[in-house]
Amino acid sequence: MGLTAVFGSGAGTSSYEDFHRTAFILLVGSNAAEAHPIIFHHIMKGVKNGAEMVVVDPRQTLTTKKAHEHVRIAVGSDIALVNAMAHVIIRDGLYHKEFVEHATEGFEAFAESVSTWTAERASLVTGIAADRIESLARRYAAAPTCMIAWTLGITEHHNAVDNVRGLINLALLCGNVGRSGSGLNPLRGQNNVQGGGDMGALPGRLPGFQDITDPDVRHKFEAAWGTLISKVPGYDQTQMFHAMEENRLKGLFVIGENPVQSDANSRLVRRLLSDLDALVVQDIFMTPTAELADVVFPAFVSFAESEGTYTNSERRVQRVKAARKAPGEARDDLWILASLARSMGHDWPILGAQALFDEMRRLTINFRGITYERMEKLRGMQWPVYDENHPGSSVLHERLWQSDPGPKAPFAVVDWEPPVEGLSSEYPFLLTTGRRLAFFNTGVQSNVYDHPHKIGEWMELHPKDAMDLGIQDGEIIAVESKRGRVQVPAYYSEAVSPGTVFMSLHFPDEVTTNDLTIDATDPQSGTAEFKAAAVRLSRLDEAAGKEA
Amino acid sequence: MHDQLRLTIDGVNVTVPQGSTVKDAIEATNQSVPTLCWHENLEPANACRACVVELKGSRVLVASCSRAAEDGMEIQTTTERVLNSRKLVAELLMSTSNADLAFDLQHLAEITGANPGRFSGGATWERPLQDDNSLYVRDMAKCILCYRCVQACGEDAQNTFAISVAGRGFEAHIDAGFGRELPESDCVYCGNCVAVCPTGALIGKTEWNLRQEGRWNEEGLTRTDTICSYCGVGCALTLHVLDNRIVKVTSPADHPVTHGMLCVKGRYGYEFAQVEGE
Repeated sequence: MGLTAVFGSGAGTSSYEDFHRTAFILLVGSNAAEAHPIIFHHIMKGVKNGAEMVVVDPRQTLTTKKAHEHVRIAVGSDIALVNAMAHVIIRDGLYHKEFVEHATEGFEAFAESVSTWTAERASLVTGIAADRIESLARRYAAAPTCMIAWTLGITEHHNAVDNVRGLINLALLCGNVGRSGSGLNPLRGQNNVQGGGDMGALPGRLPGFQDITDPDVRHKFEAAWGTLISKVPGYDQTQMFHAMEENRLKGLFVIGENPVQSDANSRLVRRLLSDLDALVVQDIFMTPTAELADVVFPAFVSFAESEGTYTNSERRVQRVKAARKAPGEARDDLWILASLARSMGHDWPILGAQALFDEMRRLTINFRGITYERMEKLRGMQWPVYDENHPGSSVLHERLWQSDPGPKAPFAVVDWEPPVEGLSSEYPFLLTTGRRLAFFNTGVQSNVYDHPHKIGEWMELHPKDAMDLGIQDGEIIAVESKRGRVQVPAYYSEAVSPGTVFMSLHFPDEVTTNDLTIDATDPQSGTAEFKAAAVRLSRLDEAAGKEA
Repeated sequence: MHDQLRLTIDGVNVTVPQGSTVKDAIEATNQSVPTLCWHENLEPANACRACVVELKGSRVLVASCSRAAEDGMEIQTTTERVLNSRKLVAELLMSTSNADLAFDLQHLAEITGANPGRFSGGATWERPLQDDNSLYVRDMAKCILCYRCVQACGEDAQNTFAISVAGRGFEAHIDAGFGRELPESDCVYCGNCVAVCPTGALIGKTEWNLRQEGRWNEEGLTRTDTICSYCGVGCALTLHVLDNRIVKVTSPADHPVTHGMLCVKGRYGYEFAQVEGE
């Protein structure tokens, strides 16, 4: 979202190999060693080659342990940090004046907006000492190149897009975009998040990320598809839930997602889906979401049983191939969708993946030069690939450094806001959620194999807090937010700061962490604030005592 | 041009770019170099001596995999001294280690005419199988201490540093730190050590079981390249399928994302794809 607004396309601007040749690596809200282990290999190659690595994270993780500096920031205070860094860089004249002048706009207003964000002020919000903020800002500005990467620690907040814009501001300030060894890199959480967006699986977009409100775009697709396309963007997920609450949306088709367990405020989601007139779920398993469905379409396992492509975090479009036969009545996603349309009276052809890909690339610009043959030969291709002789693009937005930079990249004035749910005497602990190395999201995939570290869900609880509450190491405790209550074993851990507790969402059948999380969402991206909810902790006998 | 180096390999002139190794130069003459410890994505460990060659002016044989090529070097790869040395490497390793799955070592023995039994009857690295987790098995009687696993676990890929070589001389062995068992160590079970092991000392549990049962069938295996279904890194997976079941996952060593390395989810987290009948 933030990247689209500034540069016109919502994708990482660099290649993984840029980590090898950068001078500075700034990871914010990213635990790459656990959530993106193979990107972390590239990051560590850069460190071996001499890059300084700074990791900004409220928790100690496998990633922070490898950093030259772990900046332990208060949950949800990233904008305060980056605004203060910008303040120092501008105050001391350390920014890239030629780049700012040549390729950006809105600098004056931005500089004005951060003028009050002194390191001292940010220190009060972030919990980071002012001299460390000053030092970080100066080292960042002095580095000739910098790779900035982030993950859900930035985007799973109610002000996600502002967080991203804050990081983009930092990059623009020092010219760290559009060239080798410098860039802005959202590390995608799922195999084909990038590809889904690229292919128009967004309410306002058509394939190739083309804007549905643009009449020329619509006409092109209408001519190709022989049908009329509404100029009104559809609902995003948050809007769908609101429409369900208001009874304006009565049917839902869910493909390959498990919102009953993956979305914030699970109990509300379950009620809304249960109240629908029709729920159709297409999945490889009878997930808790599928169990609520009126109709379930059993699908192929995409990476092992079907043909197609995925696009990764460096925009590399790669071939996916069937390695085994699917069981029983399972069918390919493309077959299911086309057959459904046909049974509803539309004359859709049942096309194979390659035929569909070829149709798509004719209707787009970024993918036009990608063929199945070239992907095979070149181990995938990084878009944009303008024609069949184009080599693909390892770096985006190089135009910003050329004599005609094209549309200027705007700075954004972003101000810090605390997480939506403040702590109170009733709910005095901050629950933040995340991933663990061996597991993945709601565990539909990762809970089937037998990992030596699989002990189910558990909470990281600082020993000081545990002792204050009289909680033993490993004791099963009750955790309550305004939305729900779960029981979970709590283990002592100094990975979290006192006052903050951590849980994952990998074992929702036993511990539905998302019963606790808050469905406050970013108005632009629709992402919920999984990273910050207020909870209270209690020992089970106390909880029982209260109830009795 | 000063960035090109001219060498003579067995009397043949060859030109290679600056930064090449002697092994690269030999291969530029369409000869192959036998190796055990060398791996295309790891720093040379100089452990095995299978790749040694004679360098004019050098008293000792040099390891061609790690020795930087220099302008004017004269290399001999087929002298009696070289062939004897390589043969001895094979014979010594085969006297101490179980080479059943060490295909590179078997190849070295074959091309050098080694007698695998020449030094048999002495001490061996026979030791109990370590079968303490459900993802991979360690059969260290097959280990030849090539260091590949140590480097893949360490700074050449994974940066976990869970294992290293401990002990000296014949007591040297791969250790998870302070003699700890693997599950108590820093191991994250990525299996990158398994991926680079050239002897089957480290082997996936499923492959191990199938081999024990006599059901591992190379001819029946299909290998299909696809992309991992977990996070957004986009790692290439080679799915090894036997009787419609994924039995092993590797990644192509020349893939620009993975360089043959994977995480635990990509390498071992595939069982969900073949849960049936529930």
